[in-house]
Amino acid sequence: MNRLQEAGQERVATGGLSMAVWVLLATSFFGGPLWGADWLQFRGPLGSGVSEEGLGPVLRPGGHAIAWSSELPGRGLSSPVIVGDRVFVTCSSGPRQDRLHVMCFGSKDGVKRWDRQFLATGRTMCHAKSSVAAPTPASDGERIYAFFSSNDVFCLDLDGNLVWLRGLTRDYPNASNSLGMSSSLAVVEGVVVAQVENDSESFAVGLDCRTGINRWKMDRPKRANWTSPVVIPATVGKHLVGLQSSAGLTAVEPGTGKEVWSYSEGAATIPSSAVSGRVVYVPSNGLTALEIGESGGAPKQLWRSAQLRPSTPSPIVVGDRVFTMNDAGVLSCGETATGSRVWQLRLKGPFSASPVALGKLMYTVNEAGLVQVVDLAGPEGEVVGELDLKQPILSTPSISSGSVFVRGDRTLWKISNS
Amino acid sequence: MRLNWILFAAGLVFLERPAWSVSDVEVAGAIAVLRGVGPEGKGNQEATDAWKTLVSGDQRVLIPILKGMDGANDLASNWLRGAADAVVSRGLEKKDLTPMVELGEFLLETGHSPKGRRLAYEILDRTDHSAAQLILPGLLHDPAPELRRDAVQRLMDEAGVAKRAGRKELAVIVLRQALGAARDADQLDALSKSLREFDRKVDLPALFGFLLDWKVAGPFDSTKGVGFDVGYPPEKGVDLTAEYEGKGGKVLWKPFKSQDEFGLVDVNKVCGLIKGAAAYAYTEFVSDRARPVELRLGCENAWKIWVNGSYLFGRDEYHRGKEIDQYRLATELQAGINRILVKLCQDEQKEEWTVEWQFQLRICDPYGAPVRSASK
Repeated sequence: MNRLQEAGQERVATGGLSMAVWVLLATSFFGGPLWGADWLQFRGPLGSGVSEEGLGPVLRPGGHAIAWSSELPGRGLSSPVIVGDRVFVTCSSGPRQDRLHVMCFGSKDGVKRWDRQFLATGRTMCHAKSSVAAPTPASDGERIYAFFSSNDVFCLDLDGNLVWLRGLTRDYPNASNSLGMSSSLAVVEGVVVAQVENDSESFAVGLDCRTGINRWKMDRPKRANWTSPVVIPATVGKHLVGLQSSAGLTAVEPGTGKEVWSYSEGAATIPSSAVSGRVVYVPSNGLTALEIGESGGAPKQLWRSAQLRPSTPSPIVVGDRVFTMNDAGVLSCGETATGSRVWQLRLKGPFSASPVALGKLMYTVNEAGLVQVVDLAGPEGEVVGELDLKQPILSTPSISSGSVFVRGDRTLWKISNS
Repeated sequence: MRLNWILFAAGLVFLERPAWSVSDVEVAGAIAVLRGVGPEGKGNQEATDAWKTLVSGDQRVLIPILKGMDGANDLASNWLRGAADAVVSRGLEKKDLTPMVELGEFLLETGHSPKGRRLAYEILDRTDHSAAQLILPGLLHDPAPELRRDAVQRLMDEAGVAKRAGRKELAVIVLRQALGAARDADQLDALSKSLREFDRKVDLPALFGFLLDWKVAGPFDSTKGVGFDVGYPPEKGVDLTAEYEGKGGKVLWKPFKSQDEFGLVDVNKVCGLIKGAAAYAYTEFVSDRARPVELRLGCENAWKIWVNGSYLFGRDEYHRGKEIDQYRLATELQAGINRILVKLCQDEQKEEWTVEWQFQLRICDPYGAPVRSASK
């Protein structure tokens, strides 16, 4: 039983608790001691891109922020995943990008622990800007689940032992996108959820964490989709998985794939939803905030804002503020309560990576590899630090123990206060 | 004498087998389990334990693993590849890998699977880089595409050195040698460009083996994409003298010979710039014998393919990109005439970049060598 499951059982046993206790437990479940310093999936514990642990590096001029860097054997848009003292990264290499790497580095020293290589069993064609290693892997703290644009899934234990594998395009031959797939995995309640959505054979699937065998599979809209599933709170101890697409957002039970509720007013196919507390911020008609009731049923729309429309980067919620970025590299800050825009800040773009935040510092990385640190503490955002990593970066950073982990086309960096 | 031999062999096993090693029987059993994995996670649960058994062995498990890749499916190959990788990595970390003649011998036996031989080469490269470099030139005409590719790349690098040294004639000869061996589209493309920089002629369509001569019939209706699933008359049998009811009028088969360097068959040139339409392209390919081949298609419209009246594959994706050898479709050619029918659908997107209505097709052997029609 992993930490996630232990936490889940604990909460099931406490059914009927007050809202305050629920929130306390949920906080513990997602971002508290149970997770420790782990960053287990795309945009971290809540899928919100936020960490509250430690003080983030400010990156002022003349500082020495790079704790270590390690060379990577191939490109990737996937984010690092951090479990304990290990950092996991996926890459693709070779002339057809059909060499798939799942790698492990020590988080303290950046030394490579292992590199397992496999060959893609599905199509590897993708847009030159993307990579077969575009989806971010996920972990339940015991195993790492790596997913690639070829629709290959590999489950390894933390020491690099192969536990199972799947070739989803091999099983479902028209599941591919000639521009490349990029939807990351979500792991919840013993199930690995993958959105394999494209113009042709489009589906979502729940794979058993222990065996990789289908727990469920459901048809999805036949339209290319690069968004990632998000974990949504339901009733006490229970969660749903939110599947976003051009049609909207569908919440399903992770164990069965059964639809619980659906928001069907359309949504973006590139930026993913963000979850904070019991509110889902959906890139839909600009940005739409949906509040999940205690019953876990159909959500209530809180507000909708055209001014907060995100482009490629996904929204992020820090405290009572929600942030989005547009095509011009302008960061917009809105109130989570109303959706009203509070301020805007022009950054040096363009951006593919989503921003992440450590306390009141937001980290953005543009496509040229420039890290810009935005201080969110004041009445308006302010760029307080920069670090030029001098390498194309389209990957969203990850955070653990007060450090920021960034991966570029050729390098993995750890950026720290020291 | 026999008893002495058995005792001697047992002694060797006792002396040489570390505590974490596994028996030959266990290795064979584990490999059999890994080879048994199949679609939708079949065999995964058994494979987890088998994999652990296999990687608990020392370097002596490598040759059985590599042999186990012969005839294995893609999934099993990945299980086996991962096991070999783990064993080698651990050996390198512990610095207890010793040179293996058997590894080189396996690599040179072309009857083994290309994936297994490529893995043998990579292990050799990791454990004895100079030996791998010594062997590489001899792999220029190897049937395994990835081995051949590295040998071609070595020549391309040599040609670059010769060019920078001002030795134009040598560079051209080396490029020609590389071109004669290259199979991968990107290398063929790069080599032809390099040769043309030296004003040398290259017949690119012939090198790739694109099918250039077609008969095209269209347009048929595909408003809102319906034409992809509608079986218009050519799908029931090609009659090159027939006249069909098409979208906006009568449709006849018209000859089309691609003049494109990359063999593109541009349906717009036959049907006009029309959207929401379907068309068919037909050609005949003469094979001197029955043989397994790959049809290699590049296309950014929705398409279907039939070979000798049998449906092979289709895909309803529009304008997401196209490249040479985008789709590799394994099939069998019969001796004599083979009838190839391609259906190509155009959607109704209005953007400028959605005008393309074209495909390119070539036939290769299972190792990527172009197969040309015997009638040519």
